[in-house]
Amino acid sequence: MLPFSFEWLWDISHMVFMGGLWYALTILGLGMTYCIIKAIVDTAKGKGSHSH
Amino acid sequence: MKEQHKHTKAKKYGMVIDLDKCTGCGACMAACMAENNVSFKKDESDKLLSITWMRVYKLTNGKKFPEADICYLPRPCMHCEGDHGHAPCVSVCPATATDYSHETGIVSQIYTRCFGCRYCMAACPYHARYFNWWDPVWPDGMEKYLSPNVSPRMRGVVEKCSFCFHRYQLAMDKAYIEGRRELEEDEYQTSCTQACPADAIIFGDLNNPGHAVTQIAKPDHKHGGRPMNPNAFRLLERLGTNPKVYYLSSRRWVRRAGDNYIKDERG
Amino acid sequence: MDSALIPEGVKRCSFGKFIFWLVIFGAVLLWGIVAMLLCWFKGLNQTNMNDAYGFALWIWADLAVIAVGGGAFFTGLLRYIFGKDELKNIINFAVLIGFICYSSALLILAIDIGQPLRGWFIFWHANVHSMLTEVAFCLSCYFAVLTIEYIPLILENRQIDRVPFFHNLSHNMHGVMAIFAATGAFLSFFHQGSLGGVAGVLFGRPFAFREGVFIWPWTFFLFTWSAAACGPCFTILITWITEKITKKKLVRKNVIMLLAKIAGWMLATYTIAKIIDTWYWATVTAPAAGHNFMDFYSNNPLYGIWILVLEIVICGVIPSIILITKTGRRYSFLLVGAVFLGALGACVNRWVMVLQVMAVPVLTFESWFMYFPSWQEIATTILPVAYGIMLIMISYRYLPIFPQEREIEEEKHASIFV
Repeated sequence: MLPFSFEWLWDISHMVFMGGLWYALTILGLGMTYCIIKAIVDTAKGKGSHSH
Repeated sequence: MKEQHKHTKAKKYGMVIDLDKCTGCGACMAACMAENNVSFKKDESDKLLSITWMRVYKLTNGKKFPEADICYLPRPCMHCEGDHGHAPCVSVCPATATDYSHETGIVSQIYTRCFGCRYCMAACPYHARYFNWWDPVWPDGMEKYLSPNVSPRMRGVVEKCSFCFHRYQLAMDKAYIEGRRELEEDEYQTSCTQACPADAIIFGDLNNPGHAVTQIAKPDHKHGGRPMNPNAFRLLERLGTNPKVYYLSSRRWVRRAGDNYIKDERG
Repeated sequence: MDSALIPEGVKRCSFGKFIFWLVIFGAVLLWGIVAMLLCWFKGLNQTNMNDAYGFALWIWADLAVIAVGGGAFFTGLLRYIFGKDELKNIINFAVLIGFICYSSALLILAIDIGQPLRGWFIFWHANVHSMLTEVAFCLSCYFAVLTIEYIPLILENRQIDRVPFFHNLSHNMHGVMAIFAATGAFLSFFHQGSLGGVAGVLFGRPFAFREGVFIWPWTFFLFTWSAAACGPCFTILITWITEKITKKKLVRKNVIMLLAKIAGWMLATYTIAKIIDTWYWATVTAPAAGHNFMDFYSNNPLYGIWILVLEIVICGVIPSIILITKTGRRYSFLLVGAVFLGALGACVNRWVMVLQVMAVPVLTFESWFMYFPSWQEIATTILPVAYGIMLIMISYRYLPIFPQEREIEEEKHASIFV
């Protein structure tokens, strides 16, 4: 999973497979981080406090 | 390891089993179980729950007397090479718990790495892989007879014949101490080979033209190890598993029982 | 009693009735949990699996729930990537069903492995050449996507939404949902496919083995395709069942019709591809391994040619014809029958590709292996069904799962007074 595990090889299979995995995880992680930080900022600005 | 490659030639350990000699006595099965610390239960009547790295099958030609004939077929792990080490079970293991060694041609099983998904069992057409459905328990006192060279397996992992790999390790250790890098044919033999009273099992390096296995089976390495001896065959050769266990029989029906053929197909 | 939690403008059954049914399904869930704990503490000797059946009921259940849960990714793809805007009215429910299916699959997998505490090895010591590794990675990641898609729904609960932070978070997550959905579709394509690859790569098993493209056998593409076809069928079916139980219309007909039509074309094209695959396998692949086609369907008490007819004709050709024709879709009983058959088809296909693969003898001196699951296996397979029903009950009661429910109810109410 990580280059630290001993069966890791810098070959095309690992690069494609793990590349796809980390690409997806990065998108999910960054997306959620963006949503949470923006929600904190919006809340600090007072947005959403008069919602139904 | 890479350094070692330069000094030692790649081995391809394999077996030849002469079915005309096999009497079905089961000595190979018993020797294998004792040698490899294979656990057992009180009730072993359900063979689909028994662990038998080496299993002797009874084959019949399906004919009536006087043409009726039987044959006993010992079946260890075939240590398939597939296409360049792409054995059916090795490529599917998700946790790299089983591996094809290009140094020895042996398919290993790392028990502490296996997490018991059993995909390798689904992949193996020979049913050579066994799952530990129960905790390994030996009758009181019998644990003292366990081999210290083979680790017993825990519940929930897969195990299989290793061609007595620990014997290879011991033999190599001895050779290294003596300043050698190569083994003599008789220095590394599996327990089933040595236990067979009929000398039906022969074990050795299929890459070494001096070894009996190579001389008998005559594997054609250019064509996936296909035997050139007309009486030799391998189980399910057509699937492309490229097994390293060869069988010998002078009887055509036995050789034909080694593989599947469509109706009216000659084989 | 819990009216403050129920979405505004919609009616729900009494709290007592709700709790009563929750307890009933809770009891079934408990039964499953007992069986699950037995498997975890005593080991897989609690099952009827054996060395011929390393893969059995659980793997089938995994494959089946992921196939029918495919409605989430495909509806998301249609809604967010292909811009089929009407589907926003069913996407929440599709996500909920997907969430249930995928969480169930992960739970079943956790029970199925012999050493559950080593489950993380599949990630840490990953063999990138194994289809199962691809399944584990994409399945876990896609479950994360489904969780991300389900969270805004929870945050839209009337009381939770009052908290400004949660309101803003939900709003922001909706804003970037297309990116999550696209990632989900990417992951789904690979794990649905690799689940097909699990069987297709088994070159030692002539019943399962298929040729293919590059590293992927044909089953890789067939599984993805069938999940995209049968997943929406299952979503429509569960929507219909929910409507029958709640005795009210929850999604407008045009939405169902659109999804049914797309599912129909997917199913029709899949069925054609499946027929071609079966034909090629029966006439080329299997004979090359020395097997006559009928070897796989005879001399055993269960697997006859009927199962192929059921899978391809009854659950493939017939529902396809119903769903791609306007007349077929118009009649409710035909539509429901077709989506039921479509979803059943995926389940039968997964059964065949797991259980029949194990049953077929490969060595000439062996015979068919038959198996019947133990009660522990059955209970742990029913467990997710009870859990799913409970989660749908809770989500339906407290979350705005069906955006059209309120207006449909208002229209109905208004029409009574016109």
